[in-house]
Amino acid sequence: MKKNEFLFFALKNTRMRIGLGIVLFFLAVMIVGPFLTDYDPNEYTGPAFARPSGDHWLGTTFFGQDVFTQVVYGLRATFIVGAVGGGLATLIGLFVGFIAGYRGGIVDEVLNMLTNIVTVIPTLALLIIIAAYLPYRGVVAQSVIIGCIAWPWTARAVRAQTFSLKSREFVDLARMSGMSSMKIITQEIAPNMLSYLFMALILQFGGAILAAATLDFIGLGPSEGISLGLMMQNAVLWSAIPLGMWWWALPPGMIIAAIVSALYFMNTGLDEVFNPKLREM
Amino acid sequence: MAVTINWMIPRLMPGDPIRTLIGRAALRAEAADKVAEYFARIYGLDQPAWRQYLSFWTSLFRGDLGTSIYLSPKPVTQVIRDSIPFDLGLLIPAIVCSWIVGNKFGAFAARRKRLDGIALPIWYVFTATPYMWLAILLAYVFGVVLKIFPIAGAYSFAISPSFSVGFILNYLRHWFLPFLSLFIVQLGGWAIGMRNMIIYELEADYSRYMEALGAPRKLIRKYAFRNAMLPQITGLALQLGVIVAGAVGTQVVFSYPGIGYLLLQAVMNNDYFLIQGCFLFIVIGVLIANFVIDVIYVIVDPRVRHGMGGETA
Repeated sequence: MKKNEFLFFALKNTRMRIGLGIVLFFLAVMIVGPFLTDYDPNEYTGPAFARPSGDHWLGTTFFGQDVFTQVVYGLRATFIVGAVGGGLATLIGLFVGFIAGYRGGIVDEVLNMLTNIVTVIPTLALLIIIAAYLPYRGVVAQSVIIGCIAWPWTARAVRAQTFSLKSREFVDLARMSGMSSMKIITQEIAPNMLSYLFMALILQFGGAILAAATLDFIGLGPSEGISLGLMMQNAVLWSAIPLGMWWWALPPGMIIAAIVSALYFMNTGLDEVFNPKLREM
Repeated sequence: MAVTINWMIPRLMPGDPIRTLIGRAALRAEAADKVAEYFARIYGLDQPAWRQYLSFWTSLFRGDLGTSIYLSPKPVTQVIRDSIPFDLGLLIPAIVCSWIVGNKFGAFAARRKRLDGIALPIWYVFTATPYMWLAILLAYVFGVVLKIFPIAGAYSFAISPSFSVGFILNYLRHWFLPFLSLFIVQLGGWAIGMRNMIIYELEADYSRYMEALGAPRKLIRKYAFRNAMLPQITGLALQLGVIVAGAVGTQVVFSYPGIGYLLLQAVMNNDYFLIQGCFLFIVIGVLIANFVIDVIYVIVDPRVRHGMGGETA
């Protein structure tokens, strides 16, 4: 019953609907897209410099690669990075946050210090260093690196929430009844911040996509294949801007911006769904 | 706490790149490339890990970061020193302006239904935009289509840096687009943060109490704004790393000769010493900025709350 109520409000919420719609659209493009093109993303297909046309929906690059095909395959990398990187970051954040918040004391001190250290290091600079020294870079490896670095704010937020939840009566009761700490965390505390966790996951998803785009852009993307960030890098390196090749330089970034803002919309939408105070807007 | 981190990070960080660097050096030796071996010796890459590590530290204390491989005879310190003014000139105005404007605007829009409804989605799109894409867009629109602003470099190649009026004007023209792209992306984030904080503060007991007392709305808002400022200052400290990273992308698009552009060149040319130096400088820069923000925080907040060490974003 309660789940249905949330679902109802979620689907009624305009921001939520717009955001979800955009994300699903690009997800669909990612799945269907490869069937719509006859080319390989890095294949030299035809005339270079071609403007968008029936043959090449988004034109071709400096070398005659089909931009639409690259976008379709690039989307795959984007979603993988979002899911793996964002998911991992959320998981680590949860783990650290729960343990620090629930255990308190010295465990908390140590974990908190770790969190602070990772926060202060300029994330991307660190990513650059790690990525630069990896001999082979795949999309998944990149996501893992991003995930290992993006977690601190989630950990902080989860820790704070766990702190406030752990002193509630129902947690005391569970503890008195002899439940193990792990069980208390997963069965008593986590469900009560489920909405928050979901929102954190969405934000991490978007953050991972942005981080990956920047990494790709400065030449630390996957060593094989294609991604949206990589497309932007190639476009800039081969002076697509001065040459006025907007169909090459603009779409990849536009798609990233669209996906990430759609995710943010979903997030505010969800905020309103889970928090009735904001609902009347 | 900040001081502890200050002390720890440079100590922890450079170790890793150095060690992985040995891995690369070994690979080269395997390839039995005589020239590579020669260069390895010149740059001290053939020595055991701990000696490299030690010599890295000793030379670091002498302010020597090694010689750049890519810009060969130039020492890394000098290469970085040449690019730092461009970085600061770009980043500081962008960060400060967007922070101030974003906060004011966010506070203004909060709880004004219609304006909020229009502005909030726009801000979200701003923050969701990758820095370099906005840079590409601006470069394309203003540089290529409208041809108002130049799209590459920090000044025309024809003139050399000097303190003449012509150079400064030229510099400003090149400076505007990178500045604008950094400014816009950050603006969204600050405005959203401020808006949410203001709404939160207006819900707080003291605001309700003042409202009940019949205080003018303007006064209540003023107090809410002051309270909302504090988390935003902390936010600035937390965001610095991200902003600096974003600047890397922007600089690459505009071929702006700051650290970011340098870093890209270093990465593309496998110039370990330069990468290392850039990284060290970025970390030091962010730490210094963090320290400055800490000081500002102490000045602004009369209570000086320590303890949690940061707000939950």
